[in-house]
Amino acid sequence: MSAGQPPLDSPEIRRLTPVLAPGYSYTTVTDKISAIVLTRPTSFGWFAGFGIAFSLMGMMTIAIGWLITKGTGIWGINIPIGWGFAIVNFVWWIGIGHAGTLISAILFLLNQQWRTSINRFAEAMTLFAVACAGIFPLIHTGRPWMAFYMFPYPSTMGLWPQFRSPLIWDVFAVSTYGTVSLLFWFVGLIPDLATLRDRSKTKAKQIIYGMLAMGWRGSAHHWHNYQSAYLLLAGLATPLVLSVHTVVSFDFAIAIVPGWHTTIFPPYFVAGAIYSGFAMVLTIAIPLRKAYGLEDFITMRHLDNMAKVMLATGLIVAYGYFFEFFMALYSGNKFDVYLVRQRLHGPYAPFYYALILCNILTPQLLWLYKIRHNVAVLFVMSIVVNIGMWLERFVIVVISLTRDFMPSAWGRYSPTFWDWATFIGTIGMFVTLIFLFVRVLPAISIAEMRELVAERSEENE
Amino acid sequence: MEQHSHIYGVMGEFETGEQLIQAAKKTREAGYRRVDAYAPYPVEGLSEALRLHRSWVPLITLLGGLAGGLGGFGLQYWASAITYPLNIGGRPLNSWPAFVPVTFELTILGASLSAVLGMLGLNRLPQPHHAVFNVPRFTHASTDRFFICIQARDKKFHLAETARFLQGLDAHHVSEVSDD
Repeated sequence: MSAGQPPLDSPEIRRLTPVLAPGYSYTTVTDKISAIVLTRPTSFGWFAGFGIAFSLMGMMTIAIGWLITKGTGIWGINIPIGWGFAIVNFVWWIGIGHAGTLISAILFLLNQQWRTSINRFAEAMTLFAVACAGIFPLIHTGRPWMAFYMFPYPSTMGLWPQFRSPLIWDVFAVSTYGTVSLLFWFVGLIPDLATLRDRSKTKAKQIIYGMLAMGWRGSAHHWHNYQSAYLLLAGLATPLVLSVHTVVSFDFAIAIVPGWHTTIFPPYFVAGAIYSGFAMVLTIAIPLRKAYGLEDFITMRHLDNMAKVMLATGLIVAYGYFFEFFMALYSGNKFDVYLVRQRLHGPYAPFYYALILCNILTPQLLWLYKIRHNVAVLFVMSIVVNIGMWLERFVIVVISLTRDFMPSAWGRYSPTFWDWATFIGTIGMFVTLIFLFVRVLPAISIAEMRELVAERSEENE
Repeated sequence: MEQHSHIYGVMGEFETGEQLIQAAKKTREAGYRRVDAYAPYPVEGLSEALRLHRSWVPLITLLGGLAGGLGGFGLQYWASAITYPLNIGGRPLNSWPAFVPVTFELTILGASLSAVLGMLGLNRLPQPHHAVFNVPRFTHASTDRFFICIQARDKKFHLAETARFLQGLDAHHVSEVSDD
């Protein structure tokens, strides 16, 4: 591309917006990304943001401490609504955790170059989201110190988990997902940790990064096995990421509760997960590139592509909503029909309409090129979608449970202060972890950026 | 072959991945076998230039996946049908369709763990120290420079000649790598 700014909306330029701004070499790419961790002073903004997030995390600790002291009675749950905020938030967080592995694994297999500068922090986001998600079912058990009962271990009681229960499938799916995401993320980090080790100026940093890099030398033998392992991990993580939200949807779909017992749940949950995950990646990417001046690495092309993925998965989600609706009416099952009426006219109808507004109507603006290239609007939109996806889980969990088969089993649900404190607290924990991650590890894969530079220079020759 | 007890090998530095591949090919052609190349990113074609044999990682991963899958199904079968049978309305104890999700997850878990541990094991990592780190300029191997190291245990190795050979390949900063 020539010097000077060409008009952004000419069609030729649209196609040419690069995934890496021109003029970068191995050295400058490495310098720029590793400087965030190694040399740049920690800004006031970092401390302020971290302080707020960490305080919220403290609130979560208090809320959980109080929960352990008093029991789940401090929450708004009661029979018949045993699954309140805990499950809503669990599904929401797990959904958010899907984009990281999708970007790293599926886009890697599809050879999409634009994944390169966003995969690292998207994977970190996945890990942190899964950590937040994991808290909820654990504390929802009421006796979290007995949670090890869910794992198959040879107990003196001769007791084994009920492997026919979707809740046990969930334990395996989520813990496998957490483990494999961690492995994938760590394997990707090894060469970068070696870079940080070699560029650190202080002894302490050299030792810490050196231990984490495990003696990586970047030898041809290393890369040979490494690439093989990375490709295999991508291939393994791809079906895994699709299976995790499928299993989460089984928690609902295997039950006979109206509004849950549908076959469309697995694909529609997976699409929703990717939808909310990409929304969260945008929510993080936009401030991150601004704060650290990474506009050359996370270019408009990335934001544009992520917006398109959001639009596409949003439409799949809309299709899911429509078919939930249609199947209820078409089946003529009076409980399902009643549930649809409850969604449209019941006490929680405002949540349903807000959900349609956030998840289906607003994202249609993403069809417009100007909207996809307006960073501020995109940021707001990503938050709207996050809220919409949370509302979706609220609608699914609460409306079905409050309007079961028999009027004697009907009820109402409203969260208490402690529900909110725990939920907002996990958001604090998530943001705290993101802040720490950005400060101590390279938020963009340096080795892969060098590979991108190499590919670029070959293309130009 | 001379004895250089304190020498690990001779190292030369290159500026681009392309030069590295050419140099690796010529080193092989010259008859050197104990050779390793170092690059800050996976250079395409480098494994072929050095004629590395196929990686064992896929086989290890397959075995790990099979172990995970069989172990996972076996665990569920054993728990549900043998050691802790629950008769629920006369339904079959070996209700295998219900065992599919956990079997699947454990297959992935077994395969992924073996892929990563296999990769680390084959690369002999973690390894706190290695002779190549004794070369001061080697810190650039993780940033922007490419290296070839011919090891002293190669049959054809001769300190001066091998160093001259690397210089002949247009390597910069040809240096000996001490072993301590």
